[in-house]
Amino acid sequence: MSDHELRVSKIRSGTVIDHIPGGQALNVLAILDIDGSGGEEVSIGMNVPSDRLGRKDIVKVEGRELSQDEVDVLSLIAPDATINIVRDYDVVDKHRLERPSHVSGVLECPNRNCISTDDEPIDSKFEVLPDGVRCEYCETIIREDIPDHIRSA
Amino acid sequence: MRHDHLITTKQLSRTDIGTVLDRAAEIDADPAAFADRHAGTLLGLLFFEPSTRTKMSFETAMKRLGGDVVDMGSVESSSVKKGESLADTVRVIEGYVDGLVLRHPRQGSAKMSGEYVDVPLLNAGDGAGHHPTQTLLDLYTIRENAGLDDLTIGIMGDLKYGRTVHSLAHALTNFDARQHFISPESLKLPRSVRYDLHEEGASVREHTDLEAVLPDLDVLYVTRIQRERFPDENEYRAIAGEYQIDAETLSAAKEDLTVMHPLPRVDEIAADVDDTDHATYFEQAHNGVPVRMALLDLLLGDSE
Ligand SMILES: [Zn+2]
Repeated sequence: MSDHELRVSKIRSGTVIDHIPGGQALNVLAILDIDGSGGEEVSIGMNVPSDRLGRKDIVKVEGRELSQDEVDVLSLIAPDATINIVRDYDVVDKHRLERPSHVSGVLECPNRNCISTDDEPIDSKFEVLPDGVRCEYCETIIREDIPDHIRSA
Repeated sequence: MRHDHLITTKQLSRTDIGTVLDRAAEIDADPAAFADRHAGTLLGLLFFEPSTRTKMSFETAMKRLGGDVVDMGSVESSSVKKGESLADTVRVIEGYVDGLVLRHPRQGSAKMSGEYVDVPLLNAGDGAGHHPTQTLLDLYTIRENAGLDDLTIGIMGDLKYGRTVHSLAHALTNFDARQHFISPESLKLPRSVRYDLHEEGASVREHTDLEAVLPDLDVLYVTRIQRERFPDENEYRAIAGEYQIDAETLSAAKEDLTVMHPLPRVDEIAADVDDTDHATYFEQAHNGVPVRMALLDLLLGDSE
């Protein structure tokens, strides 16, 4: 573990999300639906110097492993992130994110005339493009500010 | 053609399109031969926004095939007004009929509905999204008048919200067509349509005025610029005026230019164009019936 990572306290069991682009940590928490009210123990490092990214954010969540859905959406805003699963202070699994081909239920379509924004029994569905995402209902393409469209944000 | 639903023209191959147009031509040539073909078949018309022309042409088409239609009536008097979801509505009506036609103001409504029903569902317009049956009758008209290969087409007007334009542009990528899009800056093609055309490697050019491209065109497809797209009346008047054509405008065009319009026109095509050989919009509207008969015939399966 590098010096920089030590700035954020170690966790016993849970997930460390590293190599998040600088300034995106709060969006990562939004994706994980963490706002502190659930009592989770969370450590955040923001704009920590990084060889790879210049400035990066780190998020450590005690007692929580991530679902595939969460990992999928994380990959949209933090394509270079690494996910470290920690058990008893040891990293037991470490992997880079992979971009999914689709994400479901996590982003909200910005087109107010889209059926997915109505009160219908469907989840939003987005196709992941090389440089953005596209609503599978109305076909609207989002390239910039994907975190602004996260449902729980 | 083997599709359960017709949601967008993107799902149609060149072969699919050919199958529909050929069947429409057969029907056009001998309507009597198809008169009892779908006797007993019931088509449900779900029009969540008014469209006299599209609705009547579906109704006529089904009845000419020997079938019948049921209609949910106006939205104001239906359960929709009481807050029932569209997903529930289509699931219920599916139990009554052999096929559904949906017109709805929301984009993606047809795609969503298709996920809930097993009977064939035809998208008759979903917001600013798609209008595939209109495109098939447009293609039929183009094929009859100008041919679908080696085609230079100008598509003019409101390209941003015009669903008939989006559906037509996608469908034309199946053919050797050069597409020129002519519109005010604020009503250009949406990003998603441009993305698809680019992916398909379509030959596409965008312009703000008609003059430069008019002499090259085989077909000019005119759509209406709507008042409600503009915050202020004067801005609308200034812009709309530039995208109106009359017989004089067309003097610079090829002699055999075909002029089309997918909707009832207001003033975007002057009445003096009607008397020229260019005018094809009435013929285009008539083609709605044989083309929708062909589609219903193909999608509702063989009840011969
Ligand atoms: Zn959408």
